Amino acid sequence: MGFDPIAPEKDEPVFHAEWEKRALAVTLAAGALGEWSIDRSRSMRESLHPVDYLSSSYYEVWIKALERLLVAHGLVTADEISRGQSLAAPKPTAPPLSKSAVAAALAAGTRYARPEAAAPRFAPGDDVRTLNLNPAGHTRLPRYVRGRRGRVERVHGVFVLPDANAHGLGERPEWLYSVRFPAKELWGDGGDRGADVLIDAWESYLERAAS
Amino acid sequence: MHPSTIGGTAHHHEHEGSALSDVALRVRALESLLIEKGYVDPAALDAIVETYETKIGPRNGARVVARSWVDPAYRRRLLDDATAAIGALGYSGRQGEHMVAIENTPDVHNMVVCTLCSCYPWPVLGLPPVWYKSAPYRSRAVIDPRGVLAEFGVSLPESTAIRVWDSTAEIRYLVVPMRPSGTEGWSEERLAALVTRDSMIGTGLPLNPVSPDAGPAS
Repeated sequence: MGFDPIAPEKDEPVFHAEWEKRALAVTLAAGALGEWSIDRSRSMRESLHPVDYLSSSYYEVWIKALERLLVAHGLVTADEISRGQSLAAPKPTAPPLSKSAVAAALAAGTRYARPEAAAPRFAPGDDVRTLNLNPAGHTRLPRYVRGRRGRVERVHGVFVLPDANAHGLGERPEWLYSVRFPAKELWGDGGDRGADVLIDAWESYLERAAS
Repeated sequence: MHPSTIGGTAHHHEHEGSALSDVALRVRALESLLIEKGYVDPAALDAIVETYETKIGPRNGARVVARSWVDPAYRRRLLDDATAAIGALGYSGRQGEHMVAIENTPDVHNMVVCTLCSCYPWPVLGLPPVWYKSAPYRSRAVIDPRGVLAEFGVSLPESTAIRVWDSTAEIRYLVVPMRPSGTEGWSEERLAALVTRDSMIGTGLPLNPVSPDAGPAS
């Protein structure tokens, strides 16, 4: 259970190879074109076969997913990827991120909070239960915390819903809550009595728990 | 050797100067294709690398923590609106647009993980280490936090509760460790040097002063 030891590397460098630097850079620069959301890119990484995912290094996953995103969004073809050269005119896109724009773009980031149109359904202290959602596509409700009872710790505001946004269904923003679960609720009697786990859960992940 | 796959199985990583590995060739081919198409600008790629290799890193978060140790008003602001407080020191942006600071106390120790991928507060900590992004930490942090801390050499009193924050949304968490004793009168700069990267994730504690008798820096 739980894979190998964590084994942190002493004095770990930011990058372990030149190619990792390039993998990070092309992923961020391609993302800056605005052709896909971060939710879509996470979903694409998750779409790798589990064996491929677990046996790939971190930036390998990024590159494999980036190739799929580029093809899926019509920026390149699979043939061009395997040849490493362009065979057709590019898709019309936003202009590429320029060197002079990099610092400001990275410092600005992307905001995911959205206007608060309706009142939140839950408040801090409310007892809630996560729904047993098991969608085929992308969700940010981890398996270990489905159908579990917790307590709302705080209300973060209204945020883009990844479950919808990843699949081109629109942002569908919802109230987002920090919800706290005692370890015993998640893991049973083996759980650490002195530990709680908190997740950030969108309103559609939650229902009011019976008192 | 260190575990360098998501799953954690160790394998060699490439040595400088040897023939390029398959993945290096793959990345090179993709980069040149994207440049040829005009989707990415090579100078911008270099600037992105330089930013995360040299400009953004855990020293940013250490300054935030050190400021909170010396300035009670800043500490309150940090706990109330971390994005604004961190932004006031000049740190902001990608993967840190929505910050929350969580303070360690004698009663509560906080740890941050992203079980679903690798979400991490880049503007204050830089890019995450391999272990943070790998299956062992991602799975065990929520199941056995005390065991994980033991692997990091951290042992807390049984009376200290542990809170593990799974970064499932775009909220990015910064742990504010407790100020080590024996640092009365220290400058922010000297204090910041005690704040380790791991102490801001929650898998470590700040360094202690080398000598408890050392006076404040002149």
